[in-house]
Amino acid sequence: MSKPADLVQGTLDMLILKILALQPLNGWAISQRLKQISSDVLGVSDGSLYPALHKLEHRGWIRAQWKSSENNRRAKLYSLTPLGRKQLEKETANWNRVSAAISGIVQLKEA
Amino acid sequence: MNIEQLFYSLPLRLRSFFHPNEADEEMKEELRAHLEQQINENIAKGMSAEEARRSAVRDMGGLTQIEQQCRDAQGRNVLQDFIQDLRYGVRQLLRSPGFSALAVLCLTLGIGANAAVFSWVEGILFRPYPLVAHQERLFAVAATVQGESSPDELSWLDFLDLRRNCTFCEDSFVTSITGSTLNVGDHAEVTTGSIVSANYFDAIGVHPILGRGFESGEDVGENSHPVVVISYQMWRDRFKGDREIIGKTQRLNNVPHTIIGVAPDGFYGTFVGRAMQFWVPVSMEENFRGAGYKLEDRGARWVESYVRLKPGVSRRQAQQQISVIATQLQKNYPTTNRGRSIGLWALWQNPFNHAGELLPILEVMVAVVAFVLLIACANVGNLLLVRSFVRRHEMSVRLAIGASRGRLLKQLLTEGLILSALGTAGGFLMAYGCRHLLVMLLPVRGGEAMYLPGTLDGRVMAMGAGICLVVTLIVGLVPALQTRHLDLAGPLKAESDSVVGARSRGWMRSGLVIFQVCLSFILLVGAALLLESLQRIRTTSPGFSTTSIGVTGVSLVAAGYDVPRAKTFQNELIDRLSALPGIESAAFAAVTPLGYRSFPSSPIAVDGYQPAPDEQPEVEYNQVGPGYLATLGIPLLSGREFARSDDENASLVAIVNRTMVMRYWGGQDPIGRRVQVKGRWVRVVGVAADSKYESIDETPKPFFYVPLRQDFVRQPDLNIRTTQSLQSTLAAVLRELHALDQNLALYEMITLQEQVNRATAPQLVAVTLVSTLGGLALLLAAVGLYGVMSYAVAQSTRELGLRMALGADAANLLRLVISRGLRLTTGGILFGAVAALALTRLLRQLLYNVSPYDPVVFVLALAVMTTTAMFACLLPAWRASRTDPARVLRG
Repeated sequence: MSKPADLVQGTLDMLILKILALQPLNGWAISQRLKQISSDVLGVSDGSLYPALHKLEHRGWIRAQWKSSENNRRAKLYSLTPLGRKQLEKETANWNRVSAAISGIVQLKEA
Repeated sequence: MNIEQLFYSLPLRLRSFFHPNEADEEMKEELRAHLEQQINENIAKGMSAEEARRSAVRDMGGLTQIEQQCRDAQGRNVLQDFIQDLRYGVRQLLRSPGFSALAVLCLTLGIGANAAVFSWVEGILFRPYPLVAHQERLFAVAATVQGESSPDELSWLDFLDLRRNCTFCEDSFVTSITGSTLNVGDHAEVTTGSIVSANYFDAIGVHPILGRGFESGEDVGENSHPVVVISYQMWRDRFKGDREIIGKTQRLNNVPHTIIGVAPDGFYGTFVGRAMQFWVPVSMEENFRGAGYKLEDRGARWVESYVRLKPGVSRRQAQQQISVIATQLQKNYPTTNRGRSIGLWALWQNPFNHAGELLPILEVMVAVVAFVLLIACANVGNLLLVRSFVRRHEMSVRLAIGASRGRLLKQLLTEGLILSALGTAGGFLMAYGCRHLLVMLLPVRGGEAMYLPGTLDGRVMAMGAGICLVVTLIVGLVPALQTRHLDLAGPLKAESDSVVGARSRGWMRSGLVIFQVCLSFILLVGAALLLESLQRIRTTSPGFSTTSIGVTGVSLVAAGYDVPRAKTFQNELIDRLSALPGIESAAFAAVTPLGYRSFPSSPIAVDGYQPAPDEQPEVEYNQVGPGYLATLGIPLLSGREFARSDDENASLVAIVNRTMVMRYWGGQDPIGRRVQVKGRWVRVVGVAADSKYESIDETPKPFFYVPLRQDFVRQPDLNIRTTQSLQSTLAAVLRELHALDQNLALYEMITLQEQVNRATAPQLVAVTLVSTLGGLALLLAAVGLYGVMSYAVAQSTRELGLRMALGADAANLLRLVISRGLRLTTGGILFGAVAALALTRLLRQLLYNVSPYDPVVFVLALAVMTTTAMFACLLPAWRASRTDPARVLRG
């Protein structure tokens, strides 16, 4: 895996939590949404999505239920748990703090 | 992970643990669904079906890899991994049953030998007394006398003073081994018991299952408390488990004793090597030992005593206090206690019993079995190396499909654990089977077997578990070192059998073989040294004849004979025996050479010998009857033997040995000269040849004999020179004995040869154990060598074929392989010889007349090792010589 993808790894959890905070979705839909909102910039492969989902589930931040979808196909629907909501708030705050600091540095005028 | 998280994750974990397949299936289903949706999407975008699928799979990345990542992300149970590894490991091991059986067998032998020796160390040295409480704080107490090397017993009065003044001691008690005749019906039997202080059972925390232990006060007074606690074994066998036994009487040494208690099953008393059959209070001592009432005599030393220190008190602290007490006793009672201090001994150094004679053997054994274990491990490591080479394909594949190296390591360790756990289980079974082995190796004494069991308690188990872990690490890590070198591409590309690729592993295998040969060589040298030593001990003449002489004793003290009666009896018995056909001569003697009783000694003064200023000559002697020297076959060099007429009314006489003549008379004939013994002047009437007195390995020492009648003991040993078998002699003696007095019992009758064998039994045990293990080590090393050579031959068929094609014949190849094997062996022997030179010193204590560097022994070990190595290489070499060049090269 290349370096930029590692950078994404750290924030991928936060993005998934954010997406699920808006509405419960299955894995496919999450991947579509990820591509859509990040405009393919982050290049999240489907390969790294599912391990991340399983990790979040096991940490108790999201929970999964099997539901029958419209074409009568079973789909695993992920939703945020209260614990996940708290985690999202924490990570968002953290992100804001870090990104503010970084952009502050980046925007410094060279003397 | 906090509680809240656990609330969500626990159900998932439980499910993936109990229904791993279901969880796995769902995960796969989810991924499949994703893939299908992506394919549909792609088709909707206008791709062909085939194109759509390919693109979807490409986006996804490797499916298997993702599955594995998902499993890893789920943070699966360690336990679950372990169980999976276990299953897989068992399957792997079952796939090559020959390898597995051999590995487990090696480990069983290695671990079993260790467990057995540890169980002996535990059962004989560290926790020698079953059922006795807090043995870790128990210490033996004995006097050390200035100028004497071996510790001495205390007197009862000294013991009482010690008990009164030792504030660091929680308890102190006395136990002293004694024989006794047990009157059963109309005959007497000999049995072994203990004379103990009244607090004995309370102090050791053992409570009789019937009746009571002794009460305070029962150890006071002369013969005033004829009470006895009997062993469970005696209760069960002799009294048929009679529940109404308490209050009944049993005659011990002809005195009726009231049975007040029955000891619990599994309690054998506090004497290493013997199972006690009864316990009587010290007030009854005289009845068992004779020689007067000793409880008020500070000079009578017979007490084997123990203290249990209070918790937290160190041995050093207690020793300091006890030394102060001993100094005080020296000051208060100079006539009896001058030069006597009191020391503490840990149970494993116990001066009173058989622990001492087994200690050096067990010390050596601990080292020996450690060697055997190392050799076994090296062997299994070698087997695993060969196998891991075979398995490198499997390993590479597992790495390629996403297993982490850590995961592989876990797998290999699990396989190691399976092997070592099986080996440990087998080892414990082996140790359990061997727990009475020491007893079997030691000769039976006095009609009863020794009691020296191994103990497989928690501590030994823990030791075994520890060994198991270490072995697991060794056995698991050796092949793991291999996977370090694994690169993904190499083995997958082709099953390469390039010699270069095998070189590093070959080096490791050779190293292991050299290591094994080295260790086995050390053991061989050790075993050969002990064997040589035993040989010399057994062939050393003790200076008297051994085969045609029977030794026994008559229970005169027990039957209550006083001195005049004993004298008459002795004369009558000798007359009757001498008249018997088949008995050449018979003579009493106070002490039998090489027996467990020690000779008396006396300070002497010699006419015409001027001792050095700081010299006080003290010489051991024996009180013997007429014809003693002739009976034992000790040559009389000049003068005469004692005769019946050398009695208490005649002038005092002595016979001295040759060394004494050399030392004190400068080699001149001493007949008619005088020597002062115990303050009385006696005249030398004869000179006897030197012989062995206390042990076979002693150097010649001055010694003399005095007539039994002039220095009388009531219960001497009886020596009989006979032309008959021991059985018929025994029957004849018993007949004559009972014709004189029906109440007398005869002690065990043995030949003097048996006496010599008993005295040298510890050496025999050492030789048997060390050579057994040495043989085992040799076998293991041979198997290791065989394995490596077979493998090398199998790997280099191409090279061998080439050599053959180029003109080498079968003999050349045979020589090639054997010489390669012998190179390894020589390397091992070189290291082994150096190590052996450093290590065999440790055997010195067990060696008699053999230098630890004996060149003959080293050459012998070399020959055995080399021959074995030759044989181990023979089969692989033969196989090499049968290489078919045409087939190999074409293939």
